[in-house]
Amino acid sequence: MAAHSLALARSHRCVGTAVTVLGEHTGRPTAEQLDVAIELRDIVKRFPGVVANDGVNLKVRRGTIHAIVGENGAGKSTLMKTLYGAHQPDEGTILVGGQEQHFRSPSAAIRLGIGMVFQHFMLADNFTVWENIVLGKEPGWPVLAAAKARRRIRELSEQYGLDVEPDDLVSDIGVGEKQRVEILKVLYRGASILILDEPTAVLVPHEVEELFTSLRQLTDDGATVIFISHKLDEVLGNADAITVIRAGKTVGEVDDPSKVTAQELAEMMVGSELPSPETRERTVQEGIRFEVRNLTVEADAKVGQVTLGAGAESNVLAPTEQAAARKPLDNVSIMIHAGEIVGIAGVEGNGPTELIEAIMGLVPSTGAVILQGKDISTFDTLARREAGVGVVPEDRHRDGMVLSMSLWENVMLGHQNSAAYSNHGLIDRDAARERTTAVVKEFDVRTPSIDVRAFTLSGGNQQKLIVGREMRSEPIVLVAAHPTRGVDVGAQAVIWDILRDARAAGLSTLLISADLEELIGLSDRLLVMLRGKIVADLDPAAVSQGELGVYMTGVKTADPVPVR
Amino acid sequence: MNRKLVYGTAAPVLAALVALVVSSIALLIAGDSPITAFKEMWSSIDGTQPVVAIINRAVPYYIAGVAVAVGFKMRLFNIGVDGQHQLAAIFAAAFGFGIRDWDLPAPLYVAAIFLVAMLVSMVWAAIPAVLKVTRNVNEVIATIMLNFIASQLIFFLLRNHWNRATGQVAETGPLPQAALIPHLNRLVGWFGFHFPGNTVLQGFLPVAVVVGVAYHVLLNRSRFGFDLRVSGENPSAAKASGIDPKRMVIITFLISGAVGALIGLAPLLADPQFGKYGDQFPQGFGLAGLSLALLGRNHPVGIVAAALVWATIERATQRLSFVDIPQEIGIILQGSFLLAAVVAFEVVRRRAEDAETRAMSRQRPIATHVAPEPVGSAT
Repeated sequence: MAAHSLALARSHRCVGTAVTVLGEHTGRPTAEQLDVAIELRDIVKRFPGVVANDGVNLKVRRGTIHAIVGENGAGKSTLMKTLYGAHQPDEGTILVGGQEQHFRSPSAAIRLGIGMVFQHFMLADNFTVWENIVLGKEPGWPVLAAAKARRRIRELSEQYGLDVEPDDLVSDIGVGEKQRVEILKVLYRGASILILDEPTAVLVPHEVEELFTSLRQLTDDGATVIFISHKLDEVLGNADAITVIRAGKTVGEVDDPSKVTAQELAEMMVGSELPSPETRERTVQEGIRFEVRNLTVEADAKVGQVTLGAGAESNVLAPTEQAAARKPLDNVSIMIHAGEIVGIAGVEGNGPTELIEAIMGLVPSTGAVILQGKDISTFDTLARREAGVGVVPEDRHRDGMVLSMSLWENVMLGHQNSAAYSNHGLIDRDAARERTTAVVKEFDVRTPSIDVRAFTLSGGNQQKLIVGREMRSEPIVLVAAHPTRGVDVGAQAVIWDILRDARAAGLSTLLISADLEELIGLSDRLLVMLRGKIVADLDPAAVSQGELGVYMTGVKTADPVPVR
Repeated sequence: MNRKLVYGTAAPVLAALVALVVSSIALLIAGDSPITAFKEMWSSIDGTQPVVAIINRAVPYYIAGVAVAVGFKMRLFNIGVDGQHQLAAIFAAAFGFGIRDWDLPAPLYVAAIFLVAMLVSMVWAAIPAVLKVTRNVNEVIATIMLNFIASQLIFFLLRNHWNRATGQVAETGPLPQAALIPHLNRLVGWFGFHFPGNTVLQGFLPVAVVVGVAYHVLLNRSRFGFDLRVSGENPSAAKASGIDPKRMVIITFLISGAVGALIGLAPLLADPQFGKYGDQFPQGFGLAGLSLALLGRNHPVGIVAAALVWATIERATQRLSFVDIPQEIGIILQGSFLLAAVVAFEVVRRRAEDAETRAMSRQRPIATHVAPEPVGSAT
């Protein structure tokens, strides 16, 4: 009992004044260091085949709201995991309150006052609010001190205007309140540095406002808030400082957000020294090769499904106060000519993922998918692929390959039924190996052998293998999702060349990308998706990345343009 | 290639050492001398007769291991191999006895019994599969429940319908000679091996060989096997590649059931002690199959080794009670060997993967640091 009340008392103290919890270190930090709650120096984190963080620097002043912005795949989530101790960096140092620290686990991080608020709530629905908050750090032993826990939670809740009722069942409360429960969870554990991963992704506008009011109250009390976002208007409106990350590196630090514009930020996020994906000469031919008509995915279509897209949960968790849940994909129609690349721009959770899944037949959908005049919407995934729909999945490790299998087996993947490899139900190994050798050669996959397993390749070479595999089966339409995400510059150039050459040869391509430069450079037409709908049809030659970003975040809306 | 072999053998050797140490400690705690025990165990397996007995025993073990491994390959846990093969065995025995007057030629007779056994087992295995794909019922729970139901069903059928014995025990009628699979003593005799006395190499061994080869071909050479492995290694990629998970679950369970059916046929048709189904019919192969698939890493040859180890330990500890050492030390040996092997395999696997990755990065600089090749001028 005594130990627990002590822990509670301590956690109370360190919320109020962030310094106390850091009182364990020995050296005497300078005044300037004292002002810095957390600092990262030259953080490098490698994964097999990828350098996710390649020299990230971050300095967060105490009592501020600090935003980290960057594109998908820029290394934000890797950085975040480093921050709260989910993994250790390969190189670089972490300083908390001016003192170098190595935390080996999230619990070590929370002991130093660093707590993580996850984007996808980790709450037990059949428990009450207070039970969820104390879970894993229950006061009282052997009998749970429920009254004490409730009192403590009420105190915290009132202190920071978080407005939760400890005895409510979590399944009965709304999304905004669930998030406040998550925040209380880390406060209860004594965190003075809060990390929030895209906290507004699931919130409606007035909840967003409330959230930032609460966060401001926290920082006024001495706590520090780090949040990750790619909604630039929100970042500019609420952050005291901004760090921009691109391709695993810190590329910009903004101490006074009032001095930058959203466009400047977007430029920093995307960068300009990348090889240009420009492709100007029109190769668009007459005749529609591929079309989706009124494609719709219902909000609950994914319930019970095995695979979930990356951004799916945010849509499933529709705020309870809204009468009807938003459709992840709402009446989308797109036409693609031969030799045309149609680009789709859209922030995660606004429909691009669902569009790919609906085209590939991975989620139940209504509407038509028409390939060369033939409606294939009743086909299963394999039949669609065989009919001529090639796909470069948005997450190559999840959907595009089997890392523990050899390259030649991966080249068969998705085409295992094709007569090229399959002979009376048996696999023609020689044919598969021959094809793989050709893919490796033609698409510049750098590997000593086609027998090595896929995990040994770098991200760029893995992606070249996937793109090459799809190209080799001569698709009629290619759905390319983030084809150069997380690949090195060399591989990016090769993949762009492949897409350009295929376009010139008459391939219809649906390009989904978070890389706005790639989208603008490669596309013949650009469609913007927002909340499951196509909200703008733009000419890539006449739009800047800044403008595109404005459409994507919904700040500016054009009237939905009828499909050409 | 050489390195691969080292990695492959390091784990089981390590595991055997751990198992010996653990069981020695257990023996010492019990106040017995490990040296006496291991000496006795060695003498129990030294000689032609014990070796042949071990092989006979390893045959159903091997088939059980393969039956489970097929499911494991796509992360399906068929705990129901026990119920499936016991039901298959009793139906096969009753059917075989029922048609004794048809005067079928021996090969046809045996084939008919095989067919019945496999059908019964597949039907029983289809139940958890259908429950899983239609109602999302966890196959572990469903198969465990079905094991209980199967044993009650067998009890009922044996007592009330198919009992041909007169005494205390219940048994189906004995199968005629034409329904039994002859032993292989004469066959090995042609190769110059002559077994002493009453040593019999049972005739089910070729079935196990066929099962092993078929398993290998299915897994590594067939399209279905490819789909199976992809589904197991990366279910998400399997789905994205157009592999229907529901279809895979059903077919895998049916294959597992069909293979499992053969377990009970080994004692039923090839062991001179049986030739009928009864209270004394051997049990527990299905559960052992789980251990064997794990130990053999779902590999057609790996499971051979696992089945031999299992049968050897079983045989070696059979006579321990003669020297006043509890026979249960065999279970401790099996258990600690399995546990140590699984841990060792995982350690070795990670080391091998790291080595593979390192070997790759030595061969060429990491692509990220390759100077970007000139971007083709925009067309």
